[in-house]
Amino acid sequence: MNVLAAYVTRPFKLLRGEILVLPGRTAVLLVCLLLLLFPVISQEPYILRVLILAGIFAIFAASWDLLSGFTGQINFGHALFFGVSAYTAAILNRDLGWAPWATIPLGAIAAVLAGLVVGIPCLRLRGTYLAFATLAFPLILLGVVYANPRGITEGELGIDGIAALSGSRVASYYIVIPSMIVLGFIMWKIANSKIGLIFHAIREDEVTVRASGINTTRYKLLAFCLSGLIAGIAGGLYAHFIKGAGPSTLELLLSFQVIIWAVFGGIATIYGPMAGVMILYPFTEFVLIRYLGGLSEKGPPLSYLAELSQARLLIFACIVLMVLLFMPQGLTTWLRDKTEKVCPRCKLQNVAWRRKCRVCAAELR
Amino acid sequence: MAENILIYGLVASGVYALLAVGFSLIFGVARIANLSHTAFYMLAAYLIYYFATSMGLDLYVSIILAIVIVTVLGTISYRLLIVRVRQHQATTLIVTIAMAVIIQEAVLDRFGGQPQGVPKLISGSREIFGATVLNQQLLTLGVVIVLLVATWAFLMKTKPGVAIRSIAQDREVANLMGIDVPRMEMLTMALSVGLAAIAGALVAPLFVLTPGMWAHPLVMILAVVVLGGLGSLKGSLIGAVILGFAENMVVFLAPSGAFLKTSVALAIMLVVILIKPEGLFGVVFEEERG
Repeated sequence: MNVLAAYVTRPFKLLRGEILVLPGRTAVLLVCLLLLLFPVISQEPYILRVLILAGIFAIFAASWDLLSGFTGQINFGHALFFGVSAYTAAILNRDLGWAPWATIPLGAIAAVLAGLVVGIPCLRLRGTYLAFATLAFPLILLGVVYANPRGITEGELGIDGIAALSGSRVASYYIVIPSMIVLGFIMWKIANSKIGLIFHAIREDEVTVRASGINTTRYKLLAFCLSGLIAGIAGGLYAHFIKGAGPSTLELLLSFQVIIWAVFGGIATIYGPMAGVMILYPFTEFVLIRYLGGLSEKGPPLSYLAELSQARLLIFACIVLMVLLFMPQGLTTWLRDKTEKVCPRCKLQNVAWRRKCRVCAAELR
Repeated sequence: MAENILIYGLVASGVYALLAVGFSLIFGVARIANLSHTAFYMLAAYLIYYFATSMGLDLYVSIILAIVIVTVLGTISYRLLIVRVRQHQATTLIVTIAMAVIIQEAVLDRFGGQPQGVPKLISGSREIFGATVLNQQLLTLGVVIVLLVATWAFLMKTKPGVAIRSIAQDREVANLMGIDVPRMEMLTMALSVGLAAIAGALVAPLFVLTPGMWAHPLVMILAVVVLGGLGSLKGSLIGAVILGFAENMVVFLAPSGAFLKTSVALAIMLVVILIKPEGLFGVVFEEERG
């Protein structure tokens, strides 16, 4: 009986002891609840579309953070994983007629293979060399796609008309948003585990990590594969949501965009890049509506990333610039440093206005 | 065919070399990867178009005005924006990308997206060994060579040049020797943006201008500096020649080569750094520790 009661009360204890004690975690919980309950408030297809795309890009940005934010292996070509997975899912669906639940995991596996293809040669490079070398991969692929207009990838026009993620917009919403929350939580757990600690240590000082008897090569490769897997899931979801895969999923703009989202939100946090996307993406979308006076729902889906209107990009760039000038570490990192303090003895996070640590009662200074 | 590859390859190599030397300079001295470098090149080309075509100024005057304005703008943006975030590497990348996007959008807003052209500085063409060469192309090559030699002489022979090189070698010791490091870095930035602006002035009559014309050279100069070795001017020059020719050979020889030129150039870069991770002439950096 007691065991049963313990299972029932455990979530509440966790809620009180781990989530409500910190304003940041409370905010994350509230945002998740709000997102999950959003279709109850409004089922406007355009707003749902923006939120679904924001959810997909949030997964993508967080996967960049897992690789580049934590291990410091700045990846300038993250669109490779997204594009490879989107194309794989689209081709499998078009040619073999497989359903999204099969093509998305296979696309993600293709992205893991892409992660190995990039990771193995790039392990010898470090810092800026690595960043500029990774830039090359999606662009090489993009050139090959463009050069074969009648090939398997259908060139500039991209693959069109594959199966939709689900029958209705709301159902797609309830596929994407929960996957975003679950994947975000998994990545956050990985980042806070022993593996995450090693990733972090590799970024700070790779020589010391190697001197501690850790095979850094293996961990860097692991980071590439994990990041590729999760970015691949995002790519597959994107392909099935917009019902196609085009060259815009491999473009330089997307690789840069993901870094902008992540750095804006705050790197090496996982929740930072997700918050960055969730703030910037809908914001830029709604600015677009105001400027163009109500965009039609359809629009050419494949040029979706390319059709970024001019005023929108300009405003976007100015805001990113201003925020980063005043918060060079990113938005969430800045907020976290204002509201939270780390206990000097037990290294647990505390609210900044507490005098004593909530667990070990050490004086917070 | 062969003469076309030679001419276009030489012009492309020259432009990439000018851009890559400037990029490599500010990277080597201040460790700033300035991704807005080619946006300044695009801006200079558009300013020349604006002064010469819309305002009807003399072409020489417009070129000088454009170079001066772009250099000043670049230095100001360095002072106001980049300096404040440069200790955060990722943030520097984003700030410079944001600057590039802002320049692109401003140009798009002012001049529209349709391709524009600038009149040639010297018109006509001449026959060299049976090949037709535009005089403008010869001028471009000549100016590139003069500028590269001048940059080399400045860095090797003059006092500020020696100061810049010593900062690139060891910032702290250079500071201890009484070199005004922040000022020298600003000078380097001005030099780097100035070279980009001159490159823009040189290509303005040869290429069509579009607001998106900065993206391709950016990718190419990143490949060039990695191929040649970061921070090495000789490497940048040779890397530019290799990739400039590779690109044009693909364009002229391969079917649908215009699409594949970037792919092939980047693949060459990858192969080289896989064999020699520090690039052709790169310094083998000590493992930098935080």
